[in-house]
Amino acid sequence: MEDKDEQIVFDFENAKAKIYRESRDEINLTLGEFAGPLDLLLYLIRREQANIFDIPVATITAEYLRYIKLMEKLDIAVAGEFLVMAATLIEIKSRMLLPQEPGKEGEEEAEDPRQELVDRLLEHQKYKNAAEMLWSRATVEQAVFTRAPIESDDHNLEVSATIFDLFEKFQIIMERRKEEIQLDIQREEMTLAEMITSMRARLKKAKKLNLLELFRTLKTKQELVLAFIATLEIVRTESVRLVQETTFGDILLVSDAK
Amino acid sequence: MAEAKEEKQRRSIGELVATIEALIFVSDEPLSVRMMVKILNEDKETIGAALDQLSKEYEDRESGLQLREIGGGWQLSTRPEFHEDVRSLLKTRPSAKLSLAALETLAVIAYKQPVTVPEILEIRGVQSASSIKTLLDKRLIVAKGRKDTVGKPMQYGTSKDFMIQFGLKDLSELPNIEDFEDFVQ
Repeated sequence: MEDKDEQIVFDFENAKAKIYRESRDEINLTLGEFAGPLDLLLYLIRREQANIFDIPVATITAEYLRYIKLMEKLDIAVAGEFLVMAATLIEIKSRMLLPQEPGKEGEEEAEDPRQELVDRLLEHQKYKNAAEMLWSRATVEQAVFTRAPIESDDHNLEVSATIFDLFEKFQIIMERRKEEIQLDIQREEMTLAEMITSMRARLKKAKKLNLLELFRTLKTKQELVLAFIATLEIVRTESVRLVQETTFGDILLVSDAK
Repeated sequence: MAEAKEEKQRRSIGELVATIEALIFVSDEPLSVRMMVKILNEDKETIGAALDQLSKEYEDRESGLQLREIGGGWQLSTRPEFHEDVRSLLKTRPSAKLSLAALETLAVIAYKQPVTVPEILEIRGVQSASSIKTLLDKRLIVAKGRKDTVGKPMQYGTSKDFMIQFGLKDLSELPNIEDFEDFVQ
């Protein structure tokens, strides 16, 4: 009964990856991305209360393989890394079964076949602890607030739209375009120069163009690409700025010309 | 020009402390000593002494604010003990923390930088691609060029944002990784 609800959690805050036992034969496994083969091994070693510097390879390997089978049974896709580790364990186990070559004895202390694995486990454990340290630091920092940015030359909304923001918007539009069912009507092909002229004219009239809306009115992929390049070109060559008034907001093209 | 300089030299330590406080107050990134030296036309030592005095003033009067050295500069922030009230004013909740996978990856990157994806895999024993993407998106890590080895893998290191978000003065403030070596039986 002791085993009932035995719960060993890998992480330190929320149960993202855990292995728990509901009854004697039923073991449940929940694996988050972070629980890799090393985590599983550490867990098994702890559970067996084994000394990490003297791992009972046979027991641990058997347990490890049992867990992998269980994962398969529970329909958890067993990642390749788990299988690699299984192979490593089996290899270590067989190497330990082999008698030491008599000739080699004395030359140098024959290396324990487990050594490399132990080193990896210890190294892994160190970084897990370091992650825990980062976690608590982040928690403290979350309770600390700084003043909100003041609008200044460096931090005005106008320059906050980077080329990546622009590109992202363009992708949103392309995505949307995909969803819409379009009648393919042959149109006269437009050149970049024509597109620039047309956008310039619209900008002159409106002083302010919402890029999202502008792109929305365009019909073909080619036009969209042209409009995108034209936008970059106009911003580059003329006194026109790209303005994003709120974070993640729409990007506006604003003419500075009087 | 000479007149301006003379005027600067006439600034008393008290005035300097006050000026620095003003500069740090308006700066939305930690303000580096180098920048203060440049703007105030004072030497590093004088600025340093003024910073010490200012931070002591905040401490002595048990202010709700604290002056801290973080991410290579100085910053004014609220004290953590008032977070609940500050939060209810700002109507914010603690933002989503990083997943453990991401934290672990970040720990490896912080200590091993510059480090490549295969090297991270070696330590963590798991693929870390999605964690790395998360960390890049959150700008906690940055690409630090390619390693001159087979396949020229990209190397990653932590960013200034990392230091700010984790309350670090600089990377040397991270505890020694060897100190984490404790395998509790």
